[in-house]
Amino acid sequence: MDPARHERPRTKTSRRAVALLIAALPLACSCKSSGRADGLPLIGLVTKTETNPFFVKLREAATVRAAQQGAEVIALAGKFDGDSEGQVTAIESLVSKGVRGILVTPSNSSAILGAVKRARDKGILVTALDTATEPADAVDGTFATDNREAGRLQGAWLRAALAGKVAKIVMLNGTPGSAVDTARRDGFLQGFGIEDGDAAIVGRADAYGDQTKAQAAMENLLQAHPDATVVYTINEPTARGAYAAISARGKQGQILIGSIDGSCGGVADVKEGRLGATVMQFPKRMAEDGIDAVLQYTKTGKRPAGFVDTGAVLITDRPQPGLASEKTAFGLASCWG
Amino acid sequence: MTFAARGAVGHLRARGWMGPLAALLASIVLFSLVTDTFFTADNLSLLLEQSVVIGLLALGQTIIVLTAGIDLANGAIAVLGTLVVAKHAASAGQAAAGLVCALSICTALGMASGGLITRLRLPPFIVTLGMLTVVSAAGRLYSQSRNYPVSVDLLTVFGRGLNIGHASLSYGVVLMLVLYAAIEYVLAQTAWGRHVRAIGGNSEAARRMGVSVDRTVVSVYAVGGLLYGLAAWASLGRIPNADANAYQTANLESITAAVLGGTSLFGGRGSAVGTLLGTLIVVVLRSGLTQAGIDALYQEVATGILVVLAVALDAVARRGRP
Repeated sequence: MDPARHERPRTKTSRRAVALLIAALPLACSCKSSGRADGLPLIGLVTKTETNPFFVKLREAATVRAAQQGAEVIALAGKFDGDSEGQVTAIESLVSKGVRGILVTPSNSSAILGAVKRARDKGILVTALDTATEPADAVDGTFATDNREAGRLQGAWLRAALAGKVAKIVMLNGTPGSAVDTARRDGFLQGFGIEDGDAAIVGRADAYGDQTKAQAAMENLLQAHPDATVVYTINEPTARGAYAAISARGKQGQILIGSIDGSCGGVADVKEGRLGATVMQFPKRMAEDGIDAVLQYTKTGKRPAGFVDTGAVLITDRPQPGLASEKTAFGLASCWG
Repeated sequence: MTFAARGAVGHLRARGWMGPLAALLASIVLFSLVTDTFFTADNLSLLLEQSVVIGLLALGQTIIVLTAGIDLANGAIAVLGTLVVAKHAASAGQAAAGLVCALSICTALGMASGGLITRLRLPPFIVTLGMLTVVSAAGRLYSQSRNYPVSVDLLTVFGRGLNIGHASLSYGVVLMLVLYAAIEYVLAQTAWGRHVRAIGGNSEAARRMGVSVDRTVVSVYAVGGLLYGLAAWASLGRIPNADANAYQTANLESITAAVLGGTSLFGGRGSAVGTLLGTLIVVVLRSGLTQAGIDALYQEVATGILVVLAVALDAVARRGRP
C-alpha cells in the first residue's frame, strides 16, 4: 500500500473527533447555567408526547404550582403516543436523578409498570395523571378525568340533541387499545344507549387523536355514508378534522359533532356552532393535585388515596332536558390551552 | 507514547472507531463533571439496558447499510415479532413455539425485503418503506388493537441478570454484546463480510470479482431480520408487554446510531463496533441531558446536530478520496 493511503484516514478520523468534541462544548456550558438548585425537591413529569396541547397545559400547570411551593419540575415525554420505551427510559432517568415524586400519563396502561415499581421501591411517590394504570393500584394514586363518564356525557347529549332523527353514527376513535380510547368509546355507547356493533354505527376509524388523520378518515367515510347524522370524536383535534371534512362538502349544520377536551379552541368551536357540544376536562387540576400530593408526601409521608376524579363538565349552548351542562361563557372562562 | 499505545491508537483510527469513541468518552466525562447522578454504577447499568433494543435494531441496520441499502421496516418487524410471541403465549400457552415462530417470521420478512430489492432491482428505500407500511398494518390487524402482557420466564429472560454491588448486568446486555462481537468478527474475518463491504463499495466491481451479489444481499437482509426478531425478544424483557403502537421511530433511531458510529450511508464503510458506540452516544446524551436538567427537546436537537455532523464528515472524507 502506498504511504498516502495511510495518511488519509488519520486526518479524517481526528478531524471527526475534534468536530464532535466541539459540538459537545455548548452542552457543557448550558448544563452549568441551568443550575441544579440544591435543596429544592425535584418532581418528574412524564407525559405521552410533547406536542399535544393537553400535555403542554399539564406541564405548564405543574411547573407553576411547583415553583409556588418551592419545588422544581423536570418534564419528559415519549416521542409519540404509544412510546412506552421512551416513557420507561424517562422514568429511569428521573429515578437516577433523585426525584421525590413522578407524575406520569401512561401511553400504555400496563407497559410501564416495571419501571414504576422500581421507582416506588426506592421510596419515590408515583401518581398517574389523566390516564390510569392497569391495575390502578400499581401507582400511589390517580388524578384523572373519569373518561367513561366523559364519553357518556357526549353520547347522552348527541342522543338528546338528535331529537328523534334517525341515528347514523360515525365514530372517530383514538389510539386503538389505549385505556382512554376504550373508556370514552364504552361511555359514548352507554350514553347513546346502544351496544357496540349496533346497526346505527355506519362507519368508524382510528384517527389517533390527530386532526389530519381525522379529516382524511371523515372525508372517506362521508363518501361511503353521505347520510351520516352523528359524529362521535375522541378529542377536539379529531372533531376539528371531522368538521373540516364535513364543511368542505357543505354539510355543516346537518351533522351533529360531539367531542371531549375543553380546550379554548374547542369551546370556541362550540360557541360558533361548529361543534354541538364538548366535555371539558381539567388538566390544571390534575397537575396541581399531583404536585400537591408529592409535596405532601415529602413533608408528612402521607400517600394519596386511589382515584381522584378531576371532573368532566358538558359544555354546550343547546342544553338538553335532564342533562346537566354549562354554557360556552362558562367554558371560555375555564378552558385551557 | 509507548509502541503498544501507538499501535492501539493506530488500530482505532484504521477502523474508524476513533471519532465515535472520542465523542462517547467526551460526553461521559462531561456529564460526570456537571452532574453527580450520571456516573453511578446504577445509572451506567441502566444506560446499557436502555441500549439493548435499539442496539440490536441498529446492528441489523448496519450490515444492511454496509451494502449501500437501508431498512425502514426494522422497528415494525420487531413489533410484529413481539405480538406474535405474546399472542401465542397468551392464547395457547406456547411461549417456546411462539418464539420460534416470531424469529422465523422476522427472518422471512427481512429475506422478503432482500428478495424484492435484488429480483426486481428496486431501491431499498422504497421496498422497506412498503414493508414498513404493510408490516405495521399487519401488526395492528393481528393484535386486534389489543395489548398482550407477557409473564412467561422464557420471554422475559433478557430483563433479568446478575447483580454486582450496585451495578447490574442483564442477560439482554450480554446478548447484545455477544451479537455485536459475532457480527464484528464475521464482517472483519470472513469472506461473507468482505463481500458485504465490497457490494456496498461498488456492486458492479464486486460482481466482476465473482461475488454472488444477489445471494449475499438477500442473506444480509435475512440476518437483519433475525436480529430484529432477537430485538423483539429482548424488548419483552425490558417491557413485558406487546403493543402494536410501540417503537414507531426505532427505524430512524437505528439509522442515527449507525451513522453516529461512522457507518457510511453510501455503503462499504462502517463497523459493528462503531454502531455500538453510536448507540451508546444516543443513550448517554439522552440520559446525561436529563440528569443535567435540560429540556427533552434539546436532547433531540443535540442528537440531530451530531447526525448531520457525522454525515457531513463522511461526505467530506469521500470527496477527499482519489
